[in-house]
Amino acid sequence: MMGPEEESMETLTLATSAAATTTTAASDYHSAISASQEIPGDPLLSPPVPPTFALSPSSSFVDPPSYSDVVFTPFNPSNGAVSSSPSSSTSNYLRITVSDPVQESETVSTSLVPGSGSGGYFTYLITSRAKDGTDSRVRRRFRDFVTLADRLAESHRGLFVPVRPDKGVVEGRVMKSADFIEQRRVALERYLRRLAAHPVIGKSDELRVFLQAEGRLPLPTTTDVASRVLDGAVRLPRQLTGVDVTGPEEVVQPAKGGRDLLRIFKELKQTVTNEWVGSRPAVVEEDREFLDRKDKMQDLELQLTTSSEHAETLVKAQQDIGETMGELGLAFIKLTKFETEEATFESQRTRAAEMKKVATAAVKASRLYRELNAQTVKHLDTLHEHLGIMLSVHTAFSDRSSALLTVQTLMSDLSSLNSRVEKLEAASSKIFGGDRARLRRVEELKETRRVTENAKCCAVKEYERIKDNNRSELERLDHQRHDDLLSMLKGFVISQVGYYEKIGSVWETVADEMHVYSREVESSEQ
Amino acid sequence: MKTGPNRTVRCGSLTEGYHRNLAFLISFRKRNLRSSKSLLRNCPFLSPAITGYTSKFAMISTESDPAETSSPGPRSPSGQPFVMISVTEPVKMGTGVQSYISYRVITKSNMTEFEGPEKIVIRRYSDFEWLHDKLAEKYKGIFIPPLPEKSAVEKFRFSAEFIEMRRQALDVFINRIASHPVLRKSEDLRTFLLEEEERMERIRSIEAGIFSKKSSDIFQMFKDVQSKVSDVVLGKEKPVEESDPEYEKLKNYIFELENHLAETQKQAFRLVKRHRDLGQSLADFGKAMKLLGACEGDSLGKAFSDLGSKGEILSLKLQKEAHNLLMNFEEPLKDYVRAVQSIKATMADRANAFRQHCELAETTKLKEINLDKLMLMHSERAREAEIDFKESKADSEEATKRFETIVKTMNEELVRFQEQKTADLGLAFHEFAKGQAKLAHDIADAWRGVLPKLEAL
Repeated sequence: MMGPEEESMETLTLATSAAATTTTAASDYHSAISASQEIPGDPLLSPPVPPTFALSPSSSFVDPPSYSDVVFTPFNPSNGAVSSSPSSSTSNYLRITVSDPVQESETVSTSLVPGSGSGGYFTYLITSRAKDGTDSRVRRRFRDFVTLADRLAESHRGLFVPVRPDKGVVEGRVMKSADFIEQRRVALERYLRRLAAHPVIGKSDELRVFLQAEGRLPLPTTTDVASRVLDGAVRLPRQLTGVDVTGPEEVVQPAKGGRDLLRIFKELKQTVTNEWVGSRPAVVEEDREFLDRKDKMQDLELQLTTSSEHAETLVKAQQDIGETMGELGLAFIKLTKFETEEATFESQRTRAAEMKKVATAAVKASRLYRELNAQTVKHLDTLHEHLGIMLSVHTAFSDRSSALLTVQTLMSDLSSLNSRVEKLEAASSKIFGGDRARLRRVEELKETRRVTENAKCCAVKEYERIKDNNRSELERLDHQRHDDLLSMLKGFVISQVGYYEKIGSVWETVADEMHVYSREVESSEQ
Repeated sequence: MKTGPNRTVRCGSLTEGYHRNLAFLISFRKRNLRSSKSLLRNCPFLSPAITGYTSKFAMISTESDPAETSSPGPRSPSGQPFVMISVTEPVKMGTGVQSYISYRVITKSNMTEFEGPEKIVIRRYSDFEWLHDKLAEKYKGIFIPPLPEKSAVEKFRFSAEFIEMRRQALDVFINRIASHPVLRKSEDLRTFLLEEEERMERIRSIEAGIFSKKSSDIFQMFKDVQSKVSDVVLGKEKPVEESDPEYEKLKNYIFELENHLAETQKQAFRLVKRHRDLGQSLADFGKAMKLLGACEGDSLGKAFSDLGSKGEILSLKLQKEAHNLLMNFEEPLKDYVRAVQSIKATMADRANAFRQHCELAETTKLKEINLDKLMLMHSERAREAEIDFKESKADSEEATKRFETIVKTMNEELVRFQEQKTADLGLAFHEFAKGQAKLAHDIADAWRGVLPKLEAL
């Protein structure tokens, strides 16, 4: 940008028209993002990316405090890594990259749905370096990412687990287009980096295995809905006859995604009891502090949504004004050339010369606008990032409520079991000597009650664990958000100041040169 | 003819009530002379125009004709004769479909022919149009200053911005005429500036009948000529056209110039819109930031609130600059385009005159041959033929003279045009650069104000 001031009109035209076409070709927000991400190097920890232009001595026009220097040292973007510097020291992984998408063909279709047999899928090369220095290179496909995400969700209930990129339910041809694959690659990279940056998940086994285990991903895969329902249906009859009971180990997971149909029905019934019938269950969400924070989160989410939208509009407006300024400059350059070539009067040549000054300034300003916008996109990305985190928060909160529901269901199970036992015992005590069938029944019930009691204890423990997770995560998020928003504001303001100062001086120079034409008549003339 | 507080109201062909109303309104507006100064100061329309684009005419009218100090009558103590005209105070008159905008035209002069020192009349757009058409009719060869566009979409016609743009353009128009060495002497200009409103209205409506035929004729001829001119440009020779290579070059130049100018004007207009959009998005963003800050804690929240307020302030500055850009940069470019179109109209006149000159010369020659033939035959009709021939010859000579006048005038006008345009554009560029510089510095300053609070966190 600070290239030689003497640019012949030809090269100026060519260079700017080339630049202009790239911006007109992709004139929306996402292109601005991808443009900013072309900057090579990993923002996580790599040494500062050298500025894309050299500071020429003419930048000393800025009055103290000089922000131009501050502007042009690279500002650590807060994309990818959720918080830039602090996490890099605690993160287990120093560097993660996703690259080299390669199409492979699948020989056997494992999907139950006929016809969707993937003729080909893409794998991505994932390289990483762990804290202890081990480098790893593995190949994974998108399905593996889904598996990773699901396993993490199961074992880290209550935490704000970063949300994985969408599956993309579009038809085959779109899924294989270069653009889509590139978008997905970028998204996957950001996802892995976010996972690594999380204090708990970054150290998890699942992630380690994903990044380092070569060959097939050794994590249990998620079964699809159809198989789950089938399995559940098989178990149902035995559960209804009372033989098969939900054990403690199963209780640790929510009912909804599982195979236990009976449990699903029971918890559904409990929900109905809670909400419609209105009878207060034995255990209830009582934590006042939590409820307050939940409300705050909702409000925050609303504000983040609006801010994120308006940030996008602002970015677009900045881009537009830069574009139009550039096109205005180009139009003037063409006119200048024309007038110079066809000049028959001296006044024409003078006019052409003045016009060229204005045109050059307009083109310069246009470049500055574009650079400012690239910076703005990076800074305001924090808003989108935190909006994305809200999704994880929702999941964590719903982990809590489903755990609570499990506890409530088990407690009402227990109470109904207790009353049945009492009734049976009372009935059989009336008959002297006892009714052998009934006694056996009572024993069976007592056994069920014991198992259920255990399950309830586990469920309660799980619920408390999730509550703890929620609390610590909320605190962590508050701090992180505070830091991120502060850097966002600083970065935004600094880049605005720096670039507008430069734009101002470009125009000031031209205005001074044109001063001879101004005729400021005092309004006292009127 | 001075106006006094007691005027007799004359009713014309329209309803008595309407006319009385109109006369009252007009005299009311004129009597507001005393308060005009304060009105002008408060009127939001006027401030940019006074110092910017239109003010230079005050200077030009004294500069442009050092040779023309021959105006009769006593010199004013200040020396140089000058005339400065302002088109001010647009006011909506009438109701419904018949409503229109009237302007107060104030002529300040120390020359007797303009009934100085000050004369005020009320005029509407159609009056300006009348003047333009009269001048175009009488002064062939001169590039008549262009008028702003006639029709506009109904809804837009009374928007404040459109009215202001038109007012400025009319102001520029009338002052250009007053500073043109030839046009300023025209009878019609004086009529326009000095006549009573009712007389002006009558003159205008009388001429309208003649005019509508004339203007359609002119339009038709323009169309013919335009196709003929472009034929020549494209190289299809037609016998009744000039073949002057320099004039060819000029024609090409003018046509291409119009294209280039139209492009720059289009971009300038778009730039105005971009400023407005940026302003709007900053305002929305600022508001959102304030709300977001309310969710956050104390000091960070305050920083957000500060940022948000600055965003809203900057939004206003952007809107203001957008207006400035429109008036002092985009409008001059548009005016340039119109001026080039006016030149094209003059070219059409020239082509017409040339054709007439050729045709009449042709006719005269034929008549001469006929006459010789008749004289040889000693026919009685020779006498008639001779008179006929002499008439034709006179006509032909007149047509030739007309054509040559146009050519000469055009050449002079061209010099003037180029010089004027360099000055006009220079001013527009200055205003543009100045505005952009100020805007950029204001934005930088506003954001800088937020920094101390942020640094403290």
